[in-house]
Amino acid sequence: MLKKISNIGDCGITCDFGDEVNKNTNKEVIKLFNFIQESVKSRKIKGILNYTPSYNKLIINFELGQIKSKDIIEFIKSSDYSKVNLPESTKIVEIPICYDEEFALDIKRLEEKTKLNFKEIVSKHLETNFFVYMIGFVPGQPFLGDLSESLFHDRLDTPRIRINKGSVGIVEKFCTIYTFESPGGWNIIGRTPFELFNINKTNTSILSPGDTVKFKSISKKEFTLFKNE
Amino acid sequence: MNNYFKVLRPGINSTFQDLGRFGLQHLGIVASGCMDQLSFCNSNKLVDNKISEGALEFAYQGPLLEMNGANALVAISGKVNFNLIKKNGEIIKGKSNESFQISNGDKIDILSTINSVYGYFSIFGGFKIEEVKGSVSTLVKAKIGPNNGNKLKIDDKIFFRKSNQTNKLKKIEFDFDKDNVIRVMKGLQFHYFSKNSQDDFFSKEYKVTKLTDRMGMRLDGVKLENTVNKNIKSEGITKGSIQVPGDGQPIILLSDHPTIGGYPKIANVISADYDKLVQKTPGTIIKFKLVNLAVAENAFQDYVRKF
Repeated sequence: MLKKISNIGDCGITCDFGDEVNKNTNKEVIKLFNFIQESVKSRKIKGILNYTPSYNKLIINFELGQIKSKDIIEFIKSSDYSKVNLPESTKIVEIPICYDEEFALDIKRLEEKTKLNFKEIVSKHLETNFFVYMIGFVPGQPFLGDLSESLFHDRLDTPRIRINKGSVGIVEKFCTIYTFESPGGWNIIGRTPFELFNINKTNTSILSPGDTVKFKSISKKEFTLFKNE
Repeated sequence: MNNYFKVLRPGINSTFQDLGRFGLQHLGIVASGCMDQLSFCNSNKLVDNKISEGALEFAYQGPLLEMNGANALVAISGKVNFNLIKKNGEIIKGKSNESFQISNGDKIDILSTINSVYGYFSIFGGFKIEEVKGSVSTLVKAKIGPNNGNKLKIDDKIFFRKSNQTNKLKKIEFDFDKDNVIRVMKGLQFHYFSKNSQDDFFSKEYKVTKLTDRMGMRLDGVKLENTVNKNIKSEGITKGSIQVPGDGQPIILLSDHPTIGGYPKIANVISADYDKLVQKTPGTIIKFKLVNLAVAENAFQDYVRKF
């Protein structure tokens, strides 16, 4: 359920679906996202520049010279977007991951915090069927859940200035894959050689919200030899 | 005959930009686009282009470009120290915010921006650069945009469209806003911060640090105390949001910002003050002033009159 709409500065609004982060909440977010995207395409509303779904929120950015926040808020409140159909994804994507110590930068901190050893952390990560909640941060980066409760950990107090492409990180019940070298504050546990995003392909992002991801452990040698098609 | 500029020195961060790439933030693709919209549009206006035409953005030190081909009308906007080096070796001191003619063999040497960060270089008729998903903006971190998503490199060739039309030279009276007060609205997690920190944020000074680029501006000042939670559930980010990670030092998210982030946001810079903000050089002391939506919307009306 849409709980609250608030302004973000003068050129954005956020549609808040409550504090619960689970598949059901996320599906509500995607429903409104689909509706806004459709309304922009069919020109039922003007001036919208971007719409960004996350776990429990949809953020809409607009061109202040074209439309104001009160017009968009009114548009959403007067629409019956719940009738939009959302086909459930059945796609399962297997992603190779190498847990070598060269890649698993934060494993020591996790061992201390979780009181689990390296092997236990890896096996808990591998046995999870991950749901794709959203794509973002940088192009094509998926946010996956839900991690085993025993692996929950906060993000770093000071984000790293640089994290390598393909790094796999965890924070709280979530897991992510850095699709580009970028700054970031997640606990890094391994790296994948698999390319999830390519701007030159029609389907630029391999994963979409609602897909399922399974990780598969590979050796450092397999990592080096891996080829993206 | 091909008309192009040869890059003899690329400059620090020279990229093609336009007004941005929109409608893809849900795939993690940020709008990007020029940092200082007014200066960007000025450079196009000076050469009679449509204001959204792709231009070359440079930061601090710009490129040294050698022109090959037909005469062209060009302009540099912002506050920029540059020279036009004629083919015969004569050096003419350049004037920013005035269009000028250049000829085959001439060089443009963009030495530095003056007490500011970004400047723009436009050519009448536009550069021959490839659109990616509807925009010529460059997002270097993700290699998206013309020139394979890269900054200019030495020996690159920048092709431009030839034009036979002769244009009048133009001039725009321009100066940056020297005021260091940045107006903001309360952020979504404003209430996460202690009363003291909320007061500090609007009364204490913050210094722009060297850790500033097209993605964000890290500030240095009084540590902001978060009394609720240092993390939030990652949510979509808007340009100009001011996030505060666990170390309590604010970061203003700029044009190449991440599309989603998990740090609480104390405030958002209003649209009218964004250009002013991004031109502040490291070491500059800024202060934040709280305004409401009505003030921000009115300020925007004043801002668009400058275009």
